[in-house]
Amino acid sequence: MKIIVCIKQVPDTTEVRIDPVKGTLIRDGVPSIMNPDDKAGLEAALRLKDEIGAHVSVISMGPRQADAVLREALAMGANAAYLLSDSAFSGADTWATSSTLAAAIEKLEYDLIITGRQAIDGDTAQVGPEIAEHLGIPHISYCEDLRIEGDEVIVKRQFEDRYQILSARLPVLITALGELNEPRYMTPGGIFDAYRESEVIVWTRDDLTVNTANIGLKGSPTRVAKTEAKSVKQPGTKIETGVDESVQYVIDKLKEKYLL
Amino acid sequence: MEFNLSKEHLMAKQLFHDFAVKEVEPWAEETDEFHRFPWEVVHKMQDVGLLGIPFPKELGGQGCDTLAYILAVEEISKVCGTSGVILSAHTSLAADAIFLHGNDEQKEKFLRPLIDGRKLGSFALTEAEAGTDAAGQQTKAVRDGDEWLINGSKIFITNAQVADTYIVFAMTDKAAGTRGISAFIIENGTPGFTFGPPEKKMGIRGSSTCELIFENCRIPIGNLLGREGKGFGIAMSTLDGGRIGIAAQALGIAEGALEKTVQYVKERKQFNSPIAKFQNTQFVLAHMKTEIEAARWLVYNAAILKDSRKPFATEAAMAKLKASQMAVAVTNECVQLHGGYGYIQSFHVERMMRDAKITEIYEGTSEVMKMVISASLLR
Repeated sequence: MKIIVCIKQVPDTTEVRIDPVKGTLIRDGVPSIMNPDDKAGLEAALRLKDEIGAHVSVISMGPRQADAVLREALAMGANAAYLLSDSAFSGADTWATSSTLAAAIEKLEYDLIITGRQAIDGDTAQVGPEIAEHLGIPHISYCEDLRIEGDEVIVKRQFEDRYQILSARLPVLITALGELNEPRYMTPGGIFDAYRESEVIVWTRDDLTVNTANIGLKGSPTRVAKTEAKSVKQPGTKIETGVDESVQYVIDKLKEKYLL
Repeated sequence: MEFNLSKEHLMAKQLFHDFAVKEVEPWAEETDEFHRFPWEVVHKMQDVGLLGIPFPKELGGQGCDTLAYILAVEEISKVCGTSGVILSAHTSLAADAIFLHGNDEQKEKFLRPLIDGRKLGSFALTEAEAGTDAAGQQTKAVRDGDEWLINGSKIFITNAQVADTYIVFAMTDKAAGTRGISAFIIENGTPGFTFGPPEKKMGIRGSSTCELIFENCRIPIGNLLGREGKGFGIAMSTLDGGRIGIAAQALGIAEGALEKTVQYVKERKQFNSPIAKFQNTQFVLAHMKTEIEAARWLVYNAAILKDSRKPFATEAAMAKLKASQMAVAVTNECVQLHGGYGYIQSFHVERMMRDAKITEIYEGTSEVMKMVISASLLR
């Protein structure tokens, strides 16, 4: 079985601040990590590798520094890694990104493609389904559980208030939720091998068969008019005492704020 | 020489950091308070391959190097000194002794399960009457047919009772002095091998420290590690490596205390100002950071020398001497900067101060380090 997992290097948004004037992310000095949903997707692929045997390739589009997340994937147990890196790819929106990734995936063999649901720096949730459309294969999004039976994948698809159990004949693309699993740690030996024994294959514009009108900034129909920061709600307080004490607590708090 | 970590070392450091914060730190306070061995941490370390970092893959290890292992001890000790010494004693005393001095059969039988994450190791040299004077061993081993008969006891043994495999030193020829000491591999559960009650310690309280008692304990002749009469050399060369581990533990404890202190001084207000605004605070922080960095390079340098197969005993002694004294001084200053809160358990630095002290004592006291260093000058 051949599995391709798409991963993205993102700023760790738990440590990121928003520029109050421009409304954009301040990325300086913020550590880069593997996007959490993508990491769950990779873990799902690695579990299939452990359970039924699979060849897992990881692929990322990004600057040369994105090499680090691909090495991390190799250190977790992926078999091969591809980095799509070229100035012609930069400034891409979801359409151009999915066109580029799909063009690279066409060069590889696959039975199953896994992407994260969405990236924590953009939150669009569009790239995965778009890749499936470019490739002309079915996709199932919001996967919180999956298994392989014969030539089918059985997926538990999450909604806010319910879930669906869907099956689809391979090849298929699924988008993974972070809740899918608890990703494994890299191993120290895996890290050393990822740098000393493995290779991250870099593909540029010339390596892909894709229309220039569909890649990079020029191939991106999306125009961002304005972004602004939303004020963050304070986390709530959970009271775990008896009913009477809890009610009294709430009354006291409301009085404190002159609401009663 | 370039003083930069390679990309693989940096990524390994990140792994150890994440592991320490997620898997080790949540247990640290309880481990200390209840003198409780942190099995949860040890099992996780076994799962992730942290108990075999510097050993070859062919033997079941991770195929990394001493420097990577040192980074693991450092990162884990930042949050829990107890977990740091469990890792250090297992790796650089027990496993490394077999790796350096064992034959192929012993490596397969005893080393592989230690470094592939199935078993835990321990190293027993110290006796009631043989501390710094390690040559004064009283434990005896007598050859009896196809077996060795061991009698005697060892004290203050790290990972005692919890470990599966023990490197034990005993006299095979009392008249020959240090040339009469031999090393043995003894497994937990061997009849005649029992443990005294756990010691109650000032620091590293979750680490299991007990007496090992041997009463007519019989082990196969194949459990002799290295040649008969070569035990003293095996002990000393193994301890040379162990000292880099303890130096890394000291470094980590100091860094952990400084991290907590930097956070505290920014929040703590006196005279309507965070105490970080006061020059005394700033100067003490600056001094601590400089001392930590000075120690760091001694520690990394000793590890790099060991990895390069160059002599490193003097450098390991200097690293341990400096890092342990630095850790005691730095943790003391961190408690002082915390004021009254520093004396309170939930602020953690008092634990770190208690944990730091042992690094000046075990695996060779600071005085022994000075003997080793000056001997290299006066040769």
